[in-house]
Amino acid sequence: MIRTLPNPKAYTLGFKLYIILYFSFLFAPLLVTCVLAFNDSQFPALPWKGFSLDWFFANTPSRVGIFHDQINLESIWVSARVAFFVTIFSTTVGTCAAFLFEQEEFRFKQALYFLMIAPLVIPGVILGISILVFSNSMGIFFEDSIGVDVRLLGPGFWLVVLGQFSFISTLVTLIVSARLKKFDRTLEEAAMNLGANRFEVIWHITLKFLRPAIVSGAAVAFLMSFENFNTTLFLVGPEATLPINLYLQVRDGSTPVINAISFLLIVCTSTVALANLYFSRKQE
Amino acid sequence: MKISGRHSIQWTLVFFLTPVILWLFLLIVLPHIDLLFMSFRTEDDSGRMLWSLGNYMRFFSEPIYWLTFVRTAIYSILVTFLTFVIALPVAFYISKVTAPRFQVFLTLLLLLPFWVSELVRVYGWMILLRESGVINHFLLKLGILDRPIEMLYNDVTMIMGLVYTSMLFMVVPLIGVLDSLDDSLIEAAYDLGAGMWSILFKIIIPHAVPGIVSGSIVVFMLTLGNYLTPNLMGGKNSLWFTEQIYNQFIASFNWNQGSAFGFLLLILSSLVIWVGLRLTNQKLTRVVK
Repeated sequence: MIRTLPNPKAYTLGFKLYIILYFSFLFAPLLVTCVLAFNDSQFPALPWKGFSLDWFFANTPSRVGIFHDQINLESIWVSARVAFFVTIFSTTVGTCAAFLFEQEEFRFKQALYFLMIAPLVIPGVILGISILVFSNSMGIFFEDSIGVDVRLLGPGFWLVVLGQFSFISTLVTLIVSARLKKFDRTLEEAAMNLGANRFEVIWHITLKFLRPAIVSGAAVAFLMSFENFNTTLFLVGPEATLPINLYLQVRDGSTPVINAISFLLIVCTSTVALANLYFSRKQE
Repeated sequence: MKISGRHSIQWTLVFFLTPVILWLFLLIVLPHIDLLFMSFRTEDDSGRMLWSLGNYMRFFSEPIYWLTFVRTAIYSILVTFLTFVIALPVAFYISKVTAPRFQVFLTLLLLLPFWVSELVRVYGWMILLRESGVINHFLLKLGILDRPIEMLYNDVTMIMGLVYTSMLFMVVPLIGVLDSLDDSLIEAAYDLGAGMWSILFKIIIPHAVPGIVSGSIVVFMLTLGNYLTPNLMGGKNSLWFTEQIYNQFIASFNWNQGSAFGFLLLILSSLVIWVGLRLTNQKLTRVVK
């Protein structure tokens, strides 16, 4: 059954086989995508026609590699900017929320905590449409009452940022809260006895202690924002983010440029995720 | 705490409370109230907006709408169950069977694919499975097939894609609960002569209930709200309810109808989650951790 008990050969072997199958299932699509990024062919398919870096660097009429593909580069830049702002906002608000729920006492705390968890169990599509509907109503309201057309409330860059922020903040809150729970509050009392006020204590002591969790929350926020599709789909304006742009291309037929982008994405996200994991383990 | 006095404590409360209140009310509470209002408004013949139940009536009177809804719900439950059945042995292997030195490595390997965008993963499956895809290429080469077959755009493939997409959210909580299961319980049962199945159903699964519930909630919610996988891997007849919402919002520009659909989906997902928590006697705030 388990590692400390004697196991029949067939059991161990069968289990190993199952795990191997499972991991092949897990990695097959990613592996194939990466390999075909380097195939010297017009289509992302076999047969293998030789190794080529054309889909990264070429700039000929029949083949435009990713580094010359203006539309895709543009959307990567949009995604990076969205992710940057989402990370800043959600890390700030998420850290505030962690302090609020771990260290403050107030009425209706349980109810507010429940509300803070809610974005995790609301489907992303619903978050998207509700924010779209509400910002549209607000836009109409402002135009009718004060006669100002607030551009920011229409679908576009800032609405995408707000939509992603609305649920990514919850993730950051949970990550930071988990570490704040382990904080020894006698340290705060000691600092206060020595004459520090509450803000000084938080700034000099608690935030120092929380830093690994905040960094890891920020990394998660960046990745989640960069790859978000469901919520973004309804809020996006003329500036498409990378997942939206890729979706449109995949839906209408594909070229190996998509494989090249996927390859770069896989390499970058794996590096960020592994670095994040490595540092958070080292801290512990 | 008492030394610092009441005054400064209140200020930190205000400082932390304000952004959180703004976030939750402006982006979660008010938008959903607005969505609810929107779903009860319809346009009459002269173009005026009126309060009515029309959007919800249309949902029940048009079979295409409620059939899609029921199908989406049933398939989501099926996907959740399949994900659990596939994930349990993997979690068990990693936490109880493999040598401890492999544990961290295998867990890392498990997490990696899920950091990559869902779109990339679905795209990977598309180039594997489509008519000119990699699997067809090998099957033809090996002589198993003499003509390529289209393996995309059907319900089975779509279900597989959905299981794949949500796998991680089942495996990780399961590893969490299995790690907390004391090995000696299994050893004791084994010494007393219990077989594999009775150990599984009497010890492992009862102990794993909290992990199963939190995994299932997340998987169900993600599957129900998925748009990409059914859209790209499902066929013309495998419409998902999120696609209906998208059609109303973006294609027909009927936001009122779309809002009603959105609300129905929200009610369904909340209801299933609530029933799941009730049946197993758990609290949402505990499960999310």
